[in-house]
Amino acid sequence: MGDAAFWILAVGAVVTGIGVFQMDSMARATFLLLASFLCGAGELLLLGLGYLGMVIVLMMTMEMVVMAVFMVMYMMNPAGLMPMTMVHNQRPATVIAVVTFAGLVAGILLTPWPERKGARPMDSTMQVGEAIMGPQMLLMIVIGVAILATMIASVVLATDRGRYDRYGDRLERRRPDDPIPGGRR
Amino acid sequence: MGEDIGFWAVAGLLAAVGGLAVAAAMLDSVMGAAAMGHARPVAAMLDPVRETARLLVQQRSVVPASDSVLRLIGTGGIVLAAALAALVVPVGMRPVADLDIGVVWFNAMEVLVWAALWLIGWGSNAAFGLVGGYRIIAQGLAYELPHMFALITAALGAGSLRVGDVVAAQSGLWFVVWMPVAFAVYLLSALAMAFWGPLGQPVDEDLAGGAVSELAAVDRLVFLAGRYALLAVTAAFAVPLFLGGGAGPWLPGWLWMLLKTLAVLGVLVWARWRLPTMRMDRFMEAAWVVLIPAILLQALVVGIVVVARG
Repeated sequence: MGDAAFWILAVGAVVTGIGVFQMDSMARATFLLLASFLCGAGELLLLGLGYLGMVIVLMMTMEMVVMAVFMVMYMMNPAGLMPMTMVHNQRPATVIAVVTFAGLVAGILLTPWPERKGARPMDSTMQVGEAIMGPQMLLMIVIGVAILATMIASVVLATDRGRYDRYGDRLERRRPDDPIPGGRR
Repeated sequence: MGEDIGFWAVAGLLAAVGGLAVAAAMLDSVMGAAAMGHARPVAAMLDPVRETARLLVQQRSVVPASDSVLRLIGTGGIVLAAALAALVVPVGMRPVADLDIGVVWFNAMEVLVWAALWLIGWGSNAAFGLVGGYRIIAQGLAYELPHMFALITAALGAGSLRVGDVVAAQSGLWFVVWMPVAFAVYLLSALAMAFWGPLGQPVDEDLAGGAVSELAAVDRLVFLAGRYALLAVTAAFAVPLFLGGGAGPWLPGWLWMLLKTLAVLGVLVWARWRLPTMRMDRFMEAAWVVLIPAILLQALVVGIVVVARG
């Protein structure tokens, strides 16, 4: 049962992954990529890593939905349904992809994987939490601050209207002057 | 993960979700008739049945050059996501599949609904459908943070992501009593996740039906079934999270679960007919400046209580 599920998900992940590059529609390509990720998440669930598997389902679905919007915007004509192609620079790209895939597979097969020491934990979620909040706490704090700084910086760079545009040069307006009102009126 | 799930338990659960979906549709129809000033509740209650019969015999309609594969995946996906979300909703004290990450599972299924609705809108090859599809993405992203924090606050109070544990943790005091903000935020963001009522803009009348404007016949019937099932499951999940699950005097657990679910469902349907549709751009600032700080403070309070209790 577990073996059958593993192979179905594994083959499914590769086939949908290849399918991404066969499509002439950005929407289809994006959701095939999502299907590939969901197969990967299924493998994690098979390993008993419930939390990590479900977080991949949650995050990847959100990311692919957002990606669909942007990729349709950048790569297709505005009407969206005109054919397009997913591959550019085809021959070198194929070579790079095949070599990378072969390298990764060789790595998987040639690595002397360690045997399991100790019993499987009752609650893998707790173990992930302890690993993050325990020995890796410093790393997570640094990453957290870096991500927050990146988010703030990118929003500051992207926005064309700051608080001085909204509240006046001396921040004297009590209500913001917005082209599209955003709630506080 | 890895628990054995009985066939009959799943079949019973699906029947229960189907029944609740029909109940939601009838409640919606009756309340709608009352709000419009039609005093014929019995006739209104049977409207969903009439509508089902009409959709079954209606001609299917397909727009030229539409992506029917994606549209079909989207239409079926809403039903599938609602059914999968129901797996972790307890019937009584324990869910059919009491996964150790049940709360995350539920949220992941809700997010799949955004993808499904966008696929319907995109696959229809129609302008209004596409606009409605983009609306659900904007709305989903806007409400996902408060929604996630409301779910996490309840899990934090129980110290577990397992829905059965969340119910068990409320044996003394229901979470709604000491996390009222989280409950209110859950109900509000649940409206957004189920694209219902005041937050139903993705399929609103102002777009002639939005994402699903082109669906007809069986396709629309499947979508409506999924939509009411989603609404019912979203309402039902508020009960184990905040209202003590199947706990209650005299009556058996499953009956209390049903009664509480119907009460929450009633509030959500009432909101559709008594509150105006909110434009999400106008609500956005309130969501970020009020809603998220409020739910974060609630999580902080719950966290302090949990630590203080030891």
